[in-house]
Amino acid sequence: MNVPEDLKYSETHEWVRLEGGQARVGITDHAQAELTDVVYVELPKIGAKVQAKAPAAVVESVKAAGDIYSPITGTVVAVNEALENNPALVNTDPHGEGWIFLATLDAPEELAQLKDAAEYRALIGE
Amino acid sequence: MVDFGGWHMPVQYSGILDEHHAVRNKLGVFDISHMGEVFVSGPQASAWLNILLTNNVDRLGLGECQYSFLLNERGGIIDDLLVYRLEESKYLLVVNASMIDEDVAWMQSHLRPGVTLENRSNEFAGIAVQGPCAAQLFDRFFEGKISRPARNEIQRYEADCTTVWIARTGYTGEDGFELFFKAECAATIWDAILEKGADLGIKPCGLGARDTLRLEMCYPLNGSDLSPDHTPLEAGMSFFVDLEKPDFIGRAKLAEQHKSGVPRRLVPFKMKGNTPPPRAHYTVFKDGKPIAQTTSGTVSPTLGIGIGMAYVPTEFARINEEIEIDIRGRRFPATIQKKPLHKK
Repeated sequence: MNVPEDLKYSETHEWVRLEGGQARVGITDHAQAELTDVVYVELPKIGAKVQAKAPAAVVESVKAAGDIYSPITGTVVAVNEALENNPALVNTDPHGEGWIFLATLDAPEELAQLKDAAEYRALIGE
Repeated sequence: MVDFGGWHMPVQYSGILDEHHAVRNKLGVFDISHMGEVFVSGPQASAWLNILLTNNVDRLGLGECQYSFLLNERGGIIDDLLVYRLEESKYLLVVNASMIDEDVAWMQSHLRPGVTLENRSNEFAGIAVQGPCAAQLFDRFFEGKISRPARNEIQRYEADCTTVWIARTGYTGEDGFELFFKAECAATIWDAILEKGADLGIKPCGLGARDTLRLEMCYPLNGSDLSPDHTPLEAGMSFFVDLEKPDFIGRAKLAEQHKSGVPRRLVPFKMKGNTPPPRAHYTVFKDGKPIAQTTSGTVSPTLGIGIGMAYVPTEFARINEEIEIDIRGRRFPATIQKKPLHKK
């Protein structure tokens, strides 16, 4: 399973990438492998407030709908509109083209509660 | 893996979409050992089954099969099942896993002299091979020792390991076979099927693909689309109800509905455009008013669009009727369709 070193991870299998004081969020390779066959992503709205550990988006596979929890608190500044026509990007490139939203990082201290790559590997049993 | 009717079963092996397309285009194999096998025999077997079930077993020749319903006194569906006539006075009923205990208890409580009931569900395993290449696989597997049963027929084969009942039936809308046999031979038969089907593109398939395949065909699933609160006529299954029979359990209610109409009907629907997939228990709206709850829903891998079923008031149960499905507080347009949703 791909667990990039430069990301932070939540216990609910989202990742965060810090980009100049903002946080890009998606779901992990492990999460997409568990879901398989993503067929729909319900994106947050630009300008929406997201709270750490609260649902921010929905990813639906053929079998079920799953809430995506924001790992951080902030305001959504961009969403991955490519997922509207190609939700399978979440499967094919979960840490890259399959990102879900970009938000301001209003409480940087929350990052300390997230896992690094080694801790996340341990969580998923790798 | 999930719990399903007391069985620990895989939702998927290689992925629902992959497995679904394998069955539609080539070949898939399902472990259906969870299904219940109940044998009914004795001089009164036919007469008794005709009291217990909605369809008419007198229409079955030897080795033929029919779909039927077990109803309560109110005409509500306890279970849907397949009845195979193995001998003149011996039948195999294949029932839903989650309903084995309830079905058997109901049958026991209505048992008559001259009928022997044997619940052999625990002894039996089952494997379904489904897809356009199923007949090819059959020929390879049996190497001409037996000819293929015709559609909706069953035949017996004595394998080295066990007696195998082979039926030309299934739950996918594709050609295929269902095999029922003693459980101790299951792994051997499963492996042999996968080996002989390898170059035909066979894939092991889980419950996920079983659900998307059956829903595209609008085959109801008991516990979701069928329940004791609905009759087979409401479920649109009058073809499997013989009201010419003088009596069967639940007949009075069905005869009344046949005469005066049903209050609601199970209909399939298709979402319009790119919407989230509908799921079971979503609210259906018509002209801004809630009219029903969905009983099943998914995204159709073949059609690439959301599909589902719901019991709507009969006045709206018309092809091309416009409805809306509430998905997480937003309403998305859908239209009522003719069965099946997947046409060949």
